[in-house]
Amino acid sequence: MASVSAVRTMSEQVTFDAVEKEYKKHSLYTFVTIACVVIYFIFSTVQFNIISSFDRWNGERGSLFMLDMYAHKDHVSMKWEKPEETTVKFEGGYRYDYFNPDHSFGGKILPPEWFSKDAKTGVSIVNFQNGGSVILAREEVSLVNWPGLESDLVFKRYDDGKPYVVGYENRELELPKWIRVTDNKIEVRPTLWERVQLYRKKVEVHRYDYGWKFFFFDFKSPLRDFSIWQALGLVFSGDRIIAEKSNLNLVFTEIKDNELWQHGVVWFALLETVIMAVLGTLIASIVALPLAFLTARNVFGKAGLRFFLRRCFDFLRGIDMLVWSLIFLRAFGPGVFTGIFAIAFTDTGSLGKLMSEAIENVDQKQNEGVESTGASKVQQHRFGIIPQILPVFISTSLYVLESNTRSAIIIGAMGAGGIGLQFLGALQTGTDFENVAYMAIVVLAVVIGMDMASSSIRNRLIGMDQIKLFAGVKQ
Amino acid sequence: MSLSQSQTVGLILPDHLQQVEKNLKQMTKQRTLYSLFSIALVAFVVVTGVKVADSYNAGSFQRGLENFFDYPIDLIVEAWEAGWVWPTLLVHHLPDLFNTINIAVFSTVVGAIFGFLFSVLSSKNLMKNEAVRQFFRRTMDICRSFPELVIAMVFLYIMGKSLVPALIAITIHTSGALGKLFSEAIENIDKKPLEGLEAAGAGWWQQIRFGVITQALPLMVSYSLLRLEINVRASTILGFVGAGGIGEALSTNIQWRYGDEVTAIMFLLVITIVSLDYLSGYGRAKLIGLGEK
Repeated sequence: MASVSAVRTMSEQVTFDAVEKEYKKHSLYTFVTIACVVIYFIFSTVQFNIISSFDRWNGERGSLFMLDMYAHKDHVSMKWEKPEETTVKFEGGYRYDYFNPDHSFGGKILPPEWFSKDAKTGVSIVNFQNGGSVILAREEVSLVNWPGLESDLVFKRYDDGKPYVVGYENRELELPKWIRVTDNKIEVRPTLWERVQLYRKKVEVHRYDYGWKFFFFDFKSPLRDFSIWQALGLVFSGDRIIAEKSNLNLVFTEIKDNELWQHGVVWFALLETVIMAVLGTLIASIVALPLAFLTARNVFGKAGLRFFLRRCFDFLRGIDMLVWSLIFLRAFGPGVFTGIFAIAFTDTGSLGKLMSEAIENVDQKQNEGVESTGASKVQQHRFGIIPQILPVFISTSLYVLESNTRSAIIIGAMGAGGIGLQFLGALQTGTDFENVAYMAIVVLAVVIGMDMASSSIRNRLIGMDQIKLFAGVKQ
Repeated sequence: MSLSQSQTVGLILPDHLQQVEKNLKQMTKQRTLYSLFSIALVAFVVVTGVKVADSYNAGSFQRGLENFFDYPIDLIVEAWEAGWVWPTLLVHHLPDLFNTINIAVFSTVVGAIFGFLFSVLSSKNLMKNEAVRQFFRRTMDICRSFPELVIAMVFLYIMGKSLVPALIAITIHTSGALGKLFSEAIENIDKKPLEGLEAAGAGWWQQIRFGVITQALPLMVSYSLLRLEINVRASTILGFVGAGGIGEALSTNIQWRYGDEVTAIMFLLVITIVSLDYLSGYGRAKLIGLGEK
């Protein structure tokens, strides 16, 4: 190192020192910045109570939420003294009893394959995915072949109705941890996938299984037992399932009117959201373009008007979309118009500002060229400015449309309707998480779809002229 | 005769220019057609859209227009009646406003840090491994695509009401959005300093530190400032679903119909957003000027 520095010339040494000094200065800046960020983090952690907030993290809620998103659950419930009346209900819904002919189309009941019931004695067996099963008999419930249990467990109840585990009376602590015995209830929950609750009057068994059941055709549908592919096959076959409807119509209406997943409602909400975004952006861009011309310094000379329009743009943009949507919510009530106008008002401001800046920054040469041919003022703007700003205008509008799809979802959730409100509703029920997941996927699809559509249009518009103009020209 | 002949000869263009002229004529024709078509399409979309919207709206469009000024006027009247109490309401809501801004700042900083990591791992010139790059690209896409509100509501459900769900939601969205912009900034940097550093034997991190950050930092900071502005709006909106801050104050006061409080909060919001807009615009102009130097 020393020998290297020895052969340095004077000027090299000066440069070296300068670089070293600069580097030290920069290192100091970096250090100070990082220190500030760290101090800010510490301050904010205290201020937001981040650590204590995570203590309130409801893990069980979270994991149930996750489970419910990709699984469905069936409830088996039995009254202790009447095993013959045991019911099996999809998601515990009072209208989705597997064994009630009234709940199925044409009384065609569909017993699940994991459930069997002896018609004579009323003893029913629920088989779980872990290999174990629960046998529900009169005044006696037993866990059979249960993984993690050395011998089968039998539950009975005392005369006063309190349930107990046979052989473990007053020795409840020796039971595995996942069996909780309290005064009124015994809860057996080895994993989230299976759950047995024994109350004083009844026994409830929850069994989870993978997948979204009845996604296309709901409980009452004549197509319930068909898969979607079979149903699509039916569309092309001649025999009608129901005499008064064509199969195509039937399949479509059955999917649309699915009571559990509410596809029709979701599609309509989706349409509302897209209408909000598209119409809001369209109105904003149609209004903003002429106003931007009036605001641009090189087009319109009146300083007073320019100042006024500039402040108008600032006003429209400055009042947040949120505040606009609240005002419109009062005027138009919950609905699409609220969203459309909230988006249109805010974006008239932002597009107007952007476009007026774009117009002021156009290349003056083209304008001068048109002027030199003796064109009038209007013709100058038509052929000198518009061709230059049109691509900018369209691509900016498309960018705005992209971001407005997200905004429309958010405004919707604030009360304007559309998929945002549906999502909020599904989440607030606290049970229909499969619907929440479904809508989250739909939201994602809409956002990504709009992004892709707008970027493909943008790519097609930009650079197309060059390609076409020189098409077929040999170099 | 000879004159006119020479004129025609002069007008005959070389082959390739003839082709260009033919293309131009065709394009003009096509463009007129396209313009007419797109104008018709826009008109159609607007008219049918408004019709559909009107038929499904809870209130009608006509009545809405008539009532349009009712609510703002109510608010202003109530604020006027509050008199001298009104300015104290502004002060009263300052802590909430501080919370909202703090959420935005914190999540912008954390989001920018994550975004930087994502962008380094997903830029073509820094990450040679295709699979890793694609993985981080898709991660960013997913982070970006969900609106903050959706993420926040899920976390609110799991964690209960506090400021933290808003923090998490905005951070996730920001890291996706900034990550994409950052990676574009990184991919557009001048390659030469990187090559020089590599030739001098600099490691991967040193290349990033001296080759990438030095070039891309002004642009990155300017994007983050822009994002900060957006995040203040987002954190206000998240307040509406229960994530605290000034949004929650606004939503409760709207429900209780305290017009004076509502105007005070709206006033604070607008002032904050406008001043942030100016500040970040000023900062960005300075930074981009700095980058060019």
